[in-house]
Amino acid sequence: MLLIPIAFVLVFKYAPMSGLVLAFKDYKIAHGVWGSEWVGLEVFRELFAKHDFGRAVRNTLLLNCLDLVFSFTMPIVLALLLNEVRNLRFKRINQTLLYLPHFLSWIIIGAIAYQLLSEGSGVVNNVIAMMGGNRVPFLQEDFNWLISYLAIGVWQSMGWGTIIYLAAISGINPELYEAATVDGAGRWRKVWNVSLPSIRTTIVTLLIMNLGRVMEGSFERIYALQNKATTEFTTTIPVLVYRWGIEGGNFSRATALGLFQSLIGIMLVLMADRIAKKLGEDGLL
Amino acid sequence: MKSSGNVITMHRKRRFDTWDVLIHLSLIIASLVCLLPFLHVAAKSLSSDAFVIANKVFLLPRGFTFEAYGKIFADASILRSLYVSVIVTVVFTLLGMIITICAAYPLSRKQLKGRTALTMIFMITLYFSGGIIPEYMLMNQLGMLDTLWALILPQAFSAFNFLIMKTAISSSIPVSLEESARIDGAGHFRILWSIVLPLSKPIIATLSLFYAVGRWNAYQDALFYIKQAVELRPLQLKLYYLVIQASESFQLEATQVQLSNPEVLKASCVVFATLPILCIYPFIQKYFVQGVLLGAVKE
Repeated sequence: MLLIPIAFVLVFKYAPMSGLVLAFKDYKIAHGVWGSEWVGLEVFRELFAKHDFGRAVRNTLLLNCLDLVFSFTMPIVLALLLNEVRNLRFKRINQTLLYLPHFLSWIIIGAIAYQLLSEGSGVVNNVIAMMGGNRVPFLQEDFNWLISYLAIGVWQSMGWGTIIYLAAISGINPELYEAATVDGAGRWRKVWNVSLPSIRTTIVTLLIMNLGRVMEGSFERIYALQNKATTEFTTTIPVLVYRWGIEGGNFSRATALGLFQSLIGIMLVLMADRIAKKLGEDGLL
Repeated sequence: MKSSGNVITMHRKRRFDTWDVLIHLSLIIASLVCLLPFLHVAAKSLSSDAFVIANKVFLLPRGFTFEAYGKIFADASILRSLYVSVIVTVVFTLLGMIITICAAYPLSRKQLKGRTALTMIFMITLYFSGGIIPEYMLMNQLGMLDTLWALILPQAFSAFNFLIMKTAISSSIPVSLEESARIDGAGHFRILWSIVLPLSKPIIATLSLFYAVGRWNAYQDALFYIKQAVELRPLQLKLYYLVIQASESFQLEATQVQLSNPEVLKASCVVFATLPILCIYPFIQKYFVQGVLLGAVKE
């Protein structure tokens, strides 16, 4: 019975790993993967010298770190707000609406974003124009694109991210709140001195996990939102792998880039795991 | 959530104060931000071209018409990609669940030898993979490019879902139940079929939905693997070419390009592609929440 999944994993997960040798070869289609010439680290030397390489690494780190600042904090705020709501039906309706964007594909989100934010016909710009402002190229100019990208990320994940925090908050011993009330603590004191410290471990664990992932990048999210006018920030590692490898046919260089990303990624995950364990958390592995 | 909420309510029976108003207000704003984009696109899709070109459509349709939807249903290629998406999602989900159960059930039992090592084999794939290009080359070698198998097979095993399934089985099914079944003469498959599966129904539902919604929404692999075979494009990829790249025109439009405004058609395509998810969303939401919490236990 175990044979089915093992065979599956070997063929579709482990077999591609052997394809990583491409990163150390000068791949020629005529010679095949195994017939191509070994070139050692030559491909990597070439890769590191590329202008786009530096840009892709910078963008991957930049987008993910900014995401961490905004998309990571918003769910905490929302969860604390939701926790203050006493009317359960109000809370329910809000949660349902807030979770919704998480269920949509990036294509649909991208399409909606263009419908809303495009310069000439987007409704947001129509409103701005109606109020006498100037139209803003939200998605067609590098820096604006960056902000839109981040905002859309927050929009997509803010509700969904609250689930874990809400669960953690619901595990707080009610007596803590009672004691705080007896001591004369107001609402904000209770949020600040009871709720937040109680979910601190959850926050720290999730933060460390996310830090371990700053070298990864969502191809789908960037690809659905990018356009020809905004290449400055959209060139990230996965996008470059796609452009070089599948579109451009330079399999060796694209594989090397992918391998570079996974190796750094693994190192970051291991480090994150170490830190988590040092702080007395469960760790990830 | 409930218990702490009630206790708090009991202990501060104050009336709505300013902070309450602010909290509710900010939540309402956040929810509206999630809802209004859909309303706008839906309104646009039901409006007539003239109002949309004049930028006069906000949250309600102007010059109400179903014309754009008529065009979608007349476009064979869109319906075809919907069909492809449905087929791929169904086969993928079934296969994914079979593989997940086949891996999770034996490995959840403590008497299996070499359990840790085998689990490791599966778990490594969560953190390390060959990457985009080697996977692409594999699909190429297997001759699966431009076939639906490329969308079904590679992702069918998910280490994450496997982990959730394994945890769920080992925590929800007592060993004693299995042992007594064995004493009664039941074999492995009989135990799986009559005891484990019926008891794991909730988790099976959750994971099936993870697989299905994930498959339905993904387009990256389709973008990579389905290049020549235009008729095999799943809905999301079709939407990508149609709406975002706008490199592909609507089949019907060829005859009436000047007359119609693609904005309305684009909007109706978005609604068309969103509707399946919106329809099932209210019912699947709770399963997803459960799944997230189960996954978080390990994390």
